[in-house]
Amino acid sequence: MEELAPLTVAIPFGVAALLVASVPWRRTPSDVLAVSAASATLVLCLLLVLDANESDGPLTSYLGGVEPRADDVVLGIAMAIDPLGAALATLAAVLIVVAALFTWRYFEEPGPVFPALMLVFLGGLVGFSLSGDLFNMFVFFEVMSVSAYALTAYRIDRPGPLQGGLSFAVVNTIGAIMILFGIALLYGRTGALNLAQVGDALAGEPVDGLVVVSFALLVGGFLVKAAAVPFHFWLADAYAVAPTPAAIVFTGVMSDLGIYAIARIYWTVFEGPLAPHAEEVRAVLITFAIVTALLGAVMCLVQEHLKRLLAFATISQIGLALIGVALLTPAGVAGAALLVPADGLLRAGLFVCLGILIHRCGSVHELSLHGRGHEVPRIVMFLFVAGALGLAALPPLGAFTGKAVVEEAAADVGYGGVIAVFFVATLLTSAALLRAAGRIFAGWGDTEEIEDEVEESEVPGARGYTPVVMIASAAILIVAGLAFSAIPGILDQVNEAAARFTDRPVYAATVLENPVPEGREVESVHVGPRAVAVGFVTTLGAIAVAAALLRFGKLPFLLTLDSGNVAERALVRLRRLHSGQIGDYVAWAILGFALLGGGMAVAT
Amino acid sequence: MIGVLPYVVCVWVLLIGIYGVVTSRHLIHLIVCLSVAQSSTYILLLAVGYRKDFAAPVFIDIPRKTQAVDPVVQALTLTDVVVGATVTALLLAIAVQMHKRLHTLDPDELDPLRD
Repeated sequence: MEELAPLTVAIPFGVAALLVASVPWRRTPSDVLAVSAASATLVLCLLLVLDANESDGPLTSYLGGVEPRADDVVLGIAMAIDPLGAALATLAAVLIVVAALFTWRYFEEPGPVFPALMLVFLGGLVGFSLSGDLFNMFVFFEVMSVSAYALTAYRIDRPGPLQGGLSFAVVNTIGAIMILFGIALLYGRTGALNLAQVGDALAGEPVDGLVVVSFALLVGGFLVKAAAVPFHFWLADAYAVAPTPAAIVFTGVMSDLGIYAIARIYWTVFEGPLAPHAEEVRAVLITFAIVTALLGAVMCLVQEHLKRLLAFATISQIGLALIGVALLTPAGVAGAALLVPADGLLRAGLFVCLGILIHRCGSVHELSLHGRGHEVPRIVMFLFVAGALGLAALPPLGAFTGKAVVEEAAADVGYGGVIAVFFVATLLTSAALLRAAGRIFAGWGDTEEIEDEVEESEVPGARGYTPVVMIASAAILIVAGLAFSAIPGILDQVNEAAARFTDRPVYAATVLENPVPEGREVESVHVGPRAVAVGFVTTLGAIAVAAALLRFGKLPFLLTLDSGNVAERALVRLRRLHSGQIGDYVAWAILGFALLGGGMAVAT
Repeated sequence: MIGVLPYVVCVWVLLIGIYGVVTSRHLIHLIVCLSVAQSSTYILLLAVGYRKDFAAPVFIDIPRKTQAVDPVVQALTLTDVVVGATVTALLLAIAVQMHKRLHTLDPDELDPLRD
């Protein structure tokens, strides 16, 4: 099966080139070609997941058949496929297929360029997830990023997307430069780019300045993509203006990719030298994760532009998944691996619901959509509310299992307190979504006349009905997101995959084709009754907060406390920080790198 | 080895590039500063592989046993140059479109989607 692995990258790239080369083509053949290329990639990735799940180590394929030599010299470039990496690639392929279906009826004249960019994005993302080589990871990462910038700024006739695309591109390029710096330092130290080889070279030695600096540079660079605070500023601007089909894919998988990358490089490269300092490194990473989860949730609650609202929901949930990875334990990785697809699919589904609203109502602002939910089919309301409840982790749906596993894993290493972070972040983001649903679909809450902006031009000449294919896209994503954690045996499968993901000696030996040592024991995880209770309380809390918001217009505690004004002023300050100025964003990102580097220096 | 000089230079180039991006008052200037920052990675990569008095890694007219500088980092640098060129081209295209729509290139006068 691994012989076919390069096809998962070659098919999207090849078809994308074909599409662009054939600009005069008609609409339908190019759409059909794009959907079938994405579907073929999806099938291949799925087969890789199943195949990798059967094998003890990662499936390895050296491109061009350049295998490692007997004297341990690795000249070839490896693809190393494990179940979690392949699953991320599968998630990306699913989202691209659905987004391509959605685009079918969404843009009047997208031309072949839009689907071609989506396919390049897919190829980059799949290549990144399946790569076992640092420099190939960087190249695929850049391929994916550049197509994402282009997708964001696709509507070049409007200023919003141009500016969103610009800050997205500038901030992420700074991140990519830092990643390349880290890679160059590692190469200078070890003379290798193969993840397994670099990991082996570093493993025997104590941690030193170079390891710390390259770790901080790589993690920081990937945190820019994952949009952890304070690297996150570009995300809301970009997601708010990206065309809906692109936003579906970004929110569902692009941000999660940053988290995957951090887990991948920690467990293959840095685990050797950093394991003795795991406790301190954990403290540094978890601090970033917690701040991200909470700040994202608060910002989410104060948004009225629904795409921005979902963008901040993305940031908050990425923070939660980052907590799982930051625990630096196999169980934490398992929790994050459960959380990422469930949340990602649900957020993508909610973006499709927004796309349907934009398509019919020409607006994406909560207040101007007030009470206009009846203009779209009723099922959209059910899907939207189901998505919001799934994000609230209503047991046993949606993000519930992942959250429970991360909370359990955190308690195991003395971070039981993060359960409060999960509670607050989930409560606030879900409440914001439910509030929006109440305003739009039920007409509850107050409203005011607002100047309606920009969105109407996303779809010139919307039809007088909602195409079935759009509703089907939303339904597929939301149902898949809700049901993901309920797949029988998924918990054990993911747990086992995470145990192997984190087993560096087995990974290295398999990739380098050395004798493979005995694998680590898999510790079982389970979801207890306490988690179920917390899940129900969170969901009820979210509904209550949403109801209170609709009734009073503000959070009640902001009104009752004497310091209400202070809290409000703090919120205004916080919103002003998100200034839209590229210079500010880059300065914050550099501050983030400094904090991360400083934290790591103290930690080791 | 040629000492720490190339490393000092590359960190310096990175920092002035980023300083330029942060303080820029003109989008074209900002984009060029970004590619200045990007070029620091070329210096770093080449410096990592450089050995004094070693030959270039082209074995057409020199004996096969000649010691040469590391060709891998040179390949990486070339790839990186391509990546950098792509990003710069895309950003400049966005800047051109922006000038067409908004008739300004001052980032302060741009007012993206606020709420």
